[in-house]
Amino acid sequence: MNILVCIKQVPDSNKVEVDPVTGVLKRNGVESKMNPYDLYAIETALRIKEKLGGSITALTMGPNQAAGVIREAFAMGVDHGVLISDRKFGGADVLATSYTISQGIKKSGTYDLILCGKQTTDGDTAQVGPEVAEWLGIPSLSNVSKVTELKAGSMVVEMDMTHEIEIAEIEYPCLLAVDKDIFIPRLPSFVKKQETKDREIRVITLADLEDREEKHYGLNGSPTQVQRIFPPEVNNHREVWNGEGSELTGRLLSKLKELKFA
Amino acid sequence: IEYVEEAVEAVDKDKWKGIAVYVDHIDGVIHPVTYELIGKARELAKKINHPVYAIMMGHHIGSQCEELLHYEVDKVFVYDKEELDRFKMEPYTKAFEDFVENIKPTAILMGATPVGRQLAPRLAARLKTGLTADCTILDINENTDLVQIRPAFGGNIMAQILTPNHRPQMATVRYKVMDAPERKDAAQGEIIRCNIDSKELASKVSVLDIIAKEKEQFIEASEVLVVAGRGIKKEEDLAMLKELAELLGGQIACTRPVMEAGWLEAKRQVGLSGRTVRPKLIITCGVSGSVQFTAGMNNSEQIIAINKDENAPIFKAAHYCLVGDLYDIIPNLISQIKAGKTVSA
Ligand SMILES: Cc1cc2nc3c(=O)[nH]c(=O)nc-3n(C[C@H](O)[C@H](O)[C@H](O)COP(=O)(O)OP(=O)(O)OC[C@H]3O[C@@H](n4cnc5c(N)ncnc54)[C@H](O)[C@@H]3O)c2cc1C
Ligand SMILES: Cc1cc2nc3c(=O)[nH]c(=O)nc-3n(C[C@H](O)[C@H](O)[C@H](O)COP(=O)(O)OP(=O)(O)OC[C@H]3O[C@@H](n4cnc5c(N)ncnc54)[C@H](O)[C@@H]3O)c2cc1C
Repeated sequence: MNILVCIKQVPDSNKVEVDPVTGVLKRNGVESKMNPYDLYAIETALRIKEKLGGSITALTMGPNQAAGVIREAFAMGVDHGVLISDRKFGGADVLATSYTISQGIKKSGTYDLILCGKQTTDGDTAQVGPEVAEWLGIPSLSNVSKVTELKAGSMVVEMDMTHEIEIAEIEYPCLLAVDKDIFIPRLPSFVKKQETKDREIRVITLADLEDREEKHYGLNGSPTQVQRIFPPEVNNHREVWNGEGSELTGRLLSKLKELKFA
Repeated sequence: IEYVEEAVEAVDKDKWKGIAVYVDHIDGVIHPVTYELIGKARELAKKINHPVYAIMMGHHIGSQCEELLHYEVDKVFVYDKEELDRFKMEPYTKAFEDFVENIKPTAILMGATPVGRQLAPRLAARLKTGLTADCTILDINENTDLVQIRPAFGGNIMAQILTPNHRPQMATVRYKVMDAPERKDAAQGEIIRCNIDSKELASKVSVLDIIAKEKEQFIEASEVLVVAGRGIKKEEDLAMLKELAELLGGQIACTRPVMEAGWLEAKRQVGLSGRTVRPKLIITCGVSGSVQFTAGMNNSEQIIAINKDENAPIFKAAHYCLVGDLYDIIPNLISQIKAGKTVSA
């Protein structure tokens, strides 16, 4: 089984601030880490490999320092690493990101199974997985909460659909976006970290891709444009209601209706 | 680093008309987010003088699609095929693509449900267009550009996003973010039956089974919490708070003394030595509001506190402070909510 896991480097804290003057995110001094949801995807890959054998590749698209999350994946037991990196890829939205990743995947090998996390803690869209699958023309499932059966040409999984669990069979090659709690991720091992510290990470740049048209990547390849970012409104609202029980009940009922709870 | 954008070929925006809403349903039962999106679509469409469309895919959905005509949708496009029986990514994307190619809506709104959250990106990539996730505010410019505002970084940042050079513009919106319009008695608009060749609807996924889920029992996972404090006189009285919680789609929680009395399990205790919760709505009943308690709930979106002591510290944390006796409020509130439910059902 050839498994690919997509992982992203995100800021260590999501308590980011907006510079009130320039309106851009203050990223200075913020440490990076692996997107926590991707740990579950890595763990899923490791469990499947324990059953079926094969190899696991971790892939990330990002600046050079994003190689750090590949090292972390190595310390968890991942075999190979791919970093898709080029200045031309900067400023990408989901469409451009998923296209770049799909191009990088095609370049790096062939896989039976591609695993993604549920979402990231920065962009937070949960859209990259399904878009990568579309670019590759393979089926995909999201909200995967359990792997039930691994067959020769397909696998059976459970999906958490809020009010129900759906059990589905999906043919390889396919992409799964796994939920948090599918498995408990193992901690990186110090021994593995030492063993793999010189392991090569393959770097893929625009020049290596099948499609080298710059317009398809980065900001130029992104249909969405972030116009401005701003802090959310804080709820400083405070109202004191005095009165008879019946009056308070009436006001409370109207408020619950207004807030769409009743 | 400065990213310089090159001139992009302009899309002919006049060729794209109408705001389309994806009808999210399971076995014909329409998810209420659909009506909320229709309400928003109508408001946006009015500003630019466009029609409102709904697109529904499924099997044996004849009567359900007629229901949509009570919400002032101009046209309902229906793909009724055996292959579209349950949501499956590939056939649903195919039928949706067929709709977009033929109708060319300027914008598509979809619920951020488990289905919408995977169907929308798949379709967006197929159409090579932009998709903005989990929008909380939507507006539209005169030139038909959709102004999309959404939270990111776990809600710590808001971003305003445009899709200026691509059509259709796509956005997902969570349930209970927009307002649902009233249902009109009279039906208006038309239903258009669309056909697509079954050969186009193959799928590499087969749904084997669907199991109803047990209700989530963790208070951390609940969007609504009703909290019992020591103002509750006897254990039996918890029943009314449980009932209220259920009516609001939530769960009961408690303060430490209520847990220590053995009235509720430890996993329902909110606070420093209990659970930290951040629901959309929390109603505290007879809770004084010690710092150890508020530390576990002060990030809740809407805090409503009922306490008969106007100086109770909980009122410093609450957004709505009801100074009164909970026994004069809760039982009446329950009967009024129930009465309201029977009227609208
Ligand atoms: C405030 C803000 C709002 C934004 N809103 C939007 C928006 O509404 N629409 C839009 O198109 N773009 C948006 N973007 C841009 C988007 O966040 C990034 O382009 C990002 O590349 C992909 O999205 P994500 O972080 O949401 O990933 P998600 O879709 O949440 O990630 C899901 C999974 O995909 C994989 N993955 C994601 N990124 C990578 C990567 N770089 N390398 C390897 N694997 C990866 C991981 O397995 C991850 O768990 C926004 C950015 C910001 C800063
Ligand atoms: C280290 C430590 C950790 C702790 N951790 C927690 C914790 O995790 N969670 C927690 O809850 N507590 C915790 N506590 C205890 C905390 O300090 C308070 O004692 C506790 O929160 C009080 O609970 P209460 O509000 O239910 O009761 P009380 O403080 O007795 O308040 C009862 C309130 O009900 C009102 N009331 C009475 N009758 C009515 C009525 N009919 N209608 C309306 N209002 C009425 C009263 O005016 C009063 O304000 C901790 C304490 C310590 C020292």
